[in-house]
Amino acid sequence: MPVPQRPLSPHLQVYRPQWTSVLSILHRATGMVIAAGALFVAWWLAALALGGGAYEIARAFFASAPGKVLLFIWTLCTFYHWGNGIRHLVWDAGFGFELSSAFRSGMCVLGATAALTAFAWLA
Amino acid sequence: MAEFRLPAHSTIKAGRRLRDSSRVRPRKLRVYRWDPDLGENPRMDEFEVDVNDCGPMVLDALIRIKDRLDSTLAFRRSCREGICGSCAMNIDGVNTLACIRPLGEIRGDIKIHPLPHMSVLKDLVVDMNNFYKQYASIKPWLQAGDAPERERSQSEEQRKKLDGLYECILCACCSTSCPSYWWNSERYLGPAALLQARRWLADSRDQADAERLAQLDDAFKLYRCHTIMNCTKACPKGLNPAKAIAEIKKAVARR
Repeated sequence: MPVPQRPLSPHLQVYRPQWTSVLSILHRATGMVIAAGALFVAWWLAALALGGGAYEIARAFFASAPGKVLLFIWTLCTFYHWGNGIRHLVWDAGFGFELSSAFRSGMCVLGATAALTAFAWLA
Repeated sequence: MAEFRLPAHSTIKAGRRLRDSSRVRPRKLRVYRWDPDLGENPRMDEFEVDVNDCGPMVLDALIRIKDRLDSTLAFRRSCREGICGSCAMNIDGVNTLACIRPLGEIRGDIKIHPLPHMSVLKDLVVDMNNFYKQYASIKPWLQAGDAPERERSQSEEQRKKLDGLYECILCACCSTSCPSYWWNSERYLGPAALLQARRWLADSRDQADAERLAQLDDAFKLYRCHTIMNCTKACPKGLNPAKAIAEIKKAVARR
């Protein structure tokens, strides 16, 4: 009798999102956004170096509504990635692995992200 | 490259519905089924069980289904008290042991799937060969040279270092909750095997630390751990594989 092809059991499809995995994938996602944003930073720096009309175009873009939305997302992602990066450094030093402390540090990072983003845009 | 979707032959279809004859306090269980003899895709069967006439745990409900509604339902179980690790499965979206998961703690329909991202042998029974092979690869035994003249003594402090490590029952709830293990189970050892690796590194009687660490110092075997911590969240024994892996990473760095 031929051996039937065994199915792969469902994974992402059924696993309930955990605060552990959600905060972790956010770190990955924000890192990707920051990397994409670096292209815009490079463009802005190049425009700055070229000066004149080139800079005027870049300045106008970042002052426009879509430019501001992108900048807002970029700052938000930067602060999360930065905060969670510190969380990872503490882990790498061997601390904060109890579920309660990992949960608290995660919430601290989310709080700091909100506070720093607000500070960057309101101050 | 990680494949996030299920292959075509693994997607889940709707299944059959079966009901208990007694219906004092009925609860619905939706259970993953796959029969190797049918040549069909997996399906979700719906069973209505009278929990008034059934033990308190998810395993009790599964046993009742097998006893009264469908004797072909396949699942592993043995001790029914959380010490053998046989009945590990995904219940209500989280990996745990069916025997210590109370039905009363789950709201709505009780969805039961096999341990995630594993090859299914039948229904809730998955192929554990790779998992056990990985466990064997960390050499889970005492390596301490020649047999001593008397027993190897340990101080209370030395023995204490094994607490939180030796209790692992190898149920695989942690490893199969780990997205990193899902995408790289062939090369990443996963939280369970690494917790065991840590158990032998922490043993004052073991003298093979250098070889153990050299074997673990690998981009995939150890460092596919990205401190997601789903393992610690899932462990039905309350152990902390994420911390154990961090300790190994520190020991490798100090080496």
